[in-house]
Amino acid sequence: MVIRPYYSKEVIKRFTHPKNFGEIKKADGVGRVGNPRCGDIMKLYIKVEERDGKEIIKDIKFNTLGCAAAIATSDMACDLVKGKTLKEALKIDYKKIIKELGDLPSIKIHCSVLAREGLKAAIKNYYERQKKEKR
Amino acid sequence: MPKRKIYLDYAATTPVDPRVFRAMLPYFNKKFGNTMSLHSFGQEARQALEESRERVSELIGAKPEEVIFTSSATESNNLALKGIAFANRKRGNHIIISSIEHPCIMESARWLKKQGFKITRLPVDKYGFVSPENVKKAIKKETILVSVIHASNEIGTIQPIKEIGKICKKKGAYFHTDAVQSFGKIPINVNTMNIDLLSASSHKMYGPKGAACLYIRKGTRIEPILHGGGQETGLRSSTVNVPAIVGFAQACKIAKKGMNKEAKRQIGLRDKLIKGVLSKIPGAHLNGRPKNRLPNNANFWFEGVEGESIVIQLDLSGIAASTGSACSSVNLEPSHVLMAIGLKHEQAHGSLRLTLGRWTRESEINYLLAVLPGIVDNLRKISGNIGDEDKSSSSSALS
Repeated sequence: MVIRPYYSKEVIKRFTHPKNFGEIKKADGVGRVGNPRCGDIMKLYIKVEERDGKEIIKDIKFNTLGCAAAIATSDMACDLVKGKTLKEALKIDYKKIIKELGDLPSIKIHCSVLAREGLKAAIKNYYERQKKEKR
Repeated sequence: MPKRKIYLDYAATTPVDPRVFRAMLPYFNKKFGNTMSLHSFGQEARQALEESRERVSELIGAKPEEVIFTSSATESNNLALKGIAFANRKRGNHIIISSIEHPCIMESARWLKKQGFKITRLPVDKYGFVSPENVKKAIKKETILVSVIHASNEIGTIQPIKEIGKICKKKGAYFHTDAVQSFGKIPINVNTMNIDLLSASSHKMYGPKGAACLYIRKGTRIEPILHGGGQETGLRSSTVNVPAIVGFAQACKIAKKGMNKEAKRQIGLRDKLIKGVLSKIPGAHLNGRPKNRLPNNANFWFEGVEGESIVIQLDLSGIAASTGSACSSVNLEPSHVLMAIGLKHEQAHGSLRLTLGRWTRESEINYLLAVLPGIVDNLRKISGNIGDEDKSSSSSALS
């Protein structure tokens, strides 16, 4: 039996060289999830654009205070939904994030769940802002 | 990357000293006898075992017959707690431990609680210090055992063992100390320090894994937890692991000879490390006392960074470090030791432990001081200080 390294190559790559970290100053939606207790806090910012009547994630960035897995899942989640419609983005589940990362240690699976929750929160926040504007 | 990987996790385990390795070799296939055998092979092994017992007992001022060998400090600590509890339950059912013990003490105590014993966990101050005054207050007529770790495996705080032992002696409770991290590093004398039971481990002091000991003061009432062939005066049945024990004894011999000099050398490096980290990295804090800590231990927490991510980055830079105890890496809870000294969750999650050893050189400390500030800075850029935004937030509230 070959023991796999604790973190996959892709997790290490994303952790050491995340492409999508930073803040979007005038974001259309922001989601903040996690808590200090569990040690991971994620904040996702989305910029939404309407194309052919569809709402598309034009840009997405994150700030994450957390372990290597939390940072890697945040970065991967951003890549997975960039250019997608909001409806498509909402369908991304945590298993997809794990699959794209190669694998995650079982104790870190919650990080991928957190990244998906952050994404959902950012989209929900976008919809709420839209509602307010329409009023 | 440094030419050679830098190991700064000596509190987790140590490499076997080459002199220890050499001493062990004949006992694998030449002097391989079973210590219980009557023939010359067995007697040769028994001779080595008894000589090893002398070497180990010398390091703590004990009589050889007061030291029994086990396979690990976890086993020694289990034997100390459970063995004392069951042998003395007619006298009382109360046991006192500190709140910064190693998991093997805490879990043994938790198990004993299920068997009907009453457990008191003593608080510590912000440096992880157990106050003898609190021990005095907590001891009752029913108290049969007090167990306080000699030096913290996480933050290195050295406890006032002598004073605590004195109180236990006066009150008629047995006093046990888990000396795994201090054994062979700082002087220990079981008599002047009023210790009735003491656990130590070989692999934390340049001996092999698989050997450890429990010192048990003569006359102490204790029950075995392993029953069988009656080895180790009936207190620890099992075929004796002679090669590992010979290695353990050799490690003790080496440690005894150069202890003060080596401690001094490590204190110099440790203080340089602590000073360097605190001055080069804003928002860095030392856990534990600046002085009166193990010569080889430095433990920090950093604002706005998570400890594990620092450890992974250091590893990628060729430096092995730890977030705390290696044992706690299997669950996500922050260190109970850091919580006990009053750190908040987010602070405890930002901790880093660096522990030095016999082969740590100044150039390695310099290298660490050159790379760590950049690592912390990078991780702070990724976190963008979001930890500061809403410290009371504990839900997935939208911003």
